[in-house]
Amino acid sequence: MSVLVYVEQAEGKFKKSVFEAVSYAKAIANQQSTNLTAISIGDVAESELKELGKYGASKVLNVSTDQLKTFVNQAYASVISSAAEKEGADVVVLSNSFSGKGLAPRIAVKLKAGLADGAVELPSTDGKFSVKKTAFSGKAFAITELTSANKVIALNPNAFGVKENATDVTIENFNADVKQSDLGTVIKDIVRATDKVSLPDAELVVSAGRGLKGPENWGMIEELAGLLGAATACSKPVSDADWRPHSEHVGQTGIAISPNLYIAIGISGAIQHLAGVSSSKVIVVINKDPEAPFFKVADYGIVGDAFEVVPKLIEALKAHKA
Amino acid sequence: MKILVCISNVPDTTTKITFTNDNTEFNTAGVQYIVNPYDEIALARAIELTEGGKGTTTVINVGEAATDPTIRKALAIGADDAVRVNAAPRDAYFVAKQIAEYAKDKDFDMILTGRESIDYNGNQVAAMVGEFLDIPSISIIKKLDTDGTNATIEREIEGGKEVLTVSGKFVASCAEGVAEPKIPNMRGIMSARTKPLTVVEAVSIEEVTKVAKYETPAPRGTVKLIPAEQTAELINLLHSEAKVI
Repeated sequence: MSVLVYVEQAEGKFKKSVFEAVSYAKAIANQQSTNLTAISIGDVAESELKELGKYGASKVLNVSTDQLKTFVNQAYASVISSAAEKEGADVVVLSNSFSGKGLAPRIAVKLKAGLADGAVELPSTDGKFSVKKTAFSGKAFAITELTSANKVIALNPNAFGVKENATDVTIENFNADVKQSDLGTVIKDIVRATDKVSLPDAELVVSAGRGLKGPENWGMIEELAGLLGAATACSKPVSDADWRPHSEHVGQTGIAISPNLYIAIGISGAIQHLAGVSSSKVIVVINKDPEAPFFKVADYGIVGDAFEVVPKLIEALKAHKA
Repeated sequence: MKILVCISNVPDTTTKITFTNDNTEFNTAGVQYIVNPYDEIALARAIELTEGGKGTTTVINVGEAATDPTIRKALAIGADDAVRVNAAPRDAYFVAKQIAEYAKDKDFDMILTGRESIDYNGNQVAAMVGEFLDIPSISIIKKLDTDGTNATIEREIEGGKEVLTVSGKFVASCAEGVAEPKIPNMRGIMSARTKPLTVVEAVSIEEVTKVAKYETPAPRGTVKLIPAEQTAELINLLHSEAKVI
């Protein structure tokens, strides 16, 4: 019995959300008095793989097969599942990232395992294996019991935090047999905005709504986000009007996020928007309407015109950083 | 071209979510049900690809008879026919198995779902159907084009997108960008009444999950209002009190 964590690399590096998944998987391994093995697929330098030991992985399976250098959902799921079987791992942990969301269900079917995705806490240890996960787009949580022998968990970013747990780590090459039929998708191009913080796993988010009046006014939002090292987001009417890309739309029908800080500017706080952001740790609302429903769920608020408040906030932040 | 679109029957987005029976069941009293908004995106794209004699769009739902109005809505939007697997949708594993069982000998060129259902937020069904059928699955796609054999797809990744191609049958879960949801017109609503809705029985499969209990998020304290001219004070509070910057 052991725990297996899939460590997703992007351009040969692991992101914070990966170290968070390793930290979480290590805590589960500790609950079950067993070891943690990590599996990495693609070109990752040994020094980077060794980093995983810092968070508690005692073994890293390194898959560097040529056919698997770029992401192929079906083949990656096969490799991770066969690693779980070979290692005798009955719990498989992934980040609930875009790729993780594609992999976890396939692994669950291969292992006949119950899947808890969007997990926000460690499993219960009361004899049942229950995982708290988000449901109803942030309006509730479902305590989901995984009743199968094997279990798969996809952890939400920022839900557990990165926890150091230095362990001696060994790195083994893992030879994966790749079936041709598992290679049905072929990547043609990857476009990544490297200068921006990615929204789903951002710790800080600056978001704006219709109160900004038009796409030409987003300069100050981007400046504020840049100073904070935050990702930018927007409300549904804004992405519907094509002021901002759909990938920035947070809310019930956009993406749900749980950053440490969410600053909402010129967003009234409709129930659908709140659903996607209510699990943020700290919420700041800037709105000229003191009756805006968003103030009811905010920790800090400023009643004022965004066009006056945001530039002053930028000044104050510059002064604070200096 | 034959496309199968999986639709989920979910509470309207404005629903206030409450629970009954010691927080073990979702309180359905007074709840309006709709076609899951992401599934409407998948449905709209399927109709675009098959309308005007180019093919057929079938919708499938796993649910009890009470979901028929939601299925009729999908037919009104423009699906050609519908299938309901007669069972309460226990979890994604169960639902995906039912859809795969129905689809396995029907020769669909593609199977589309929404990126997730807005109730259980799973984004599990598409990839599970792909695995049950042993065909490729692509999750959270933003764009879908096909010449009938080869499809070109854009998938969202952290901070960007991936462009990929797939030949032959596949399953994909659709997000915003794939298509604009369609609003049913009067002709669609009239014709939906007579379009075929076939009911099939469910197959059995092992239980792998069950919801033990629901919780609602802890309420926040009252908001601390800061005068508009004191932005520096807000920065101070975020730094020294909330400790987030």
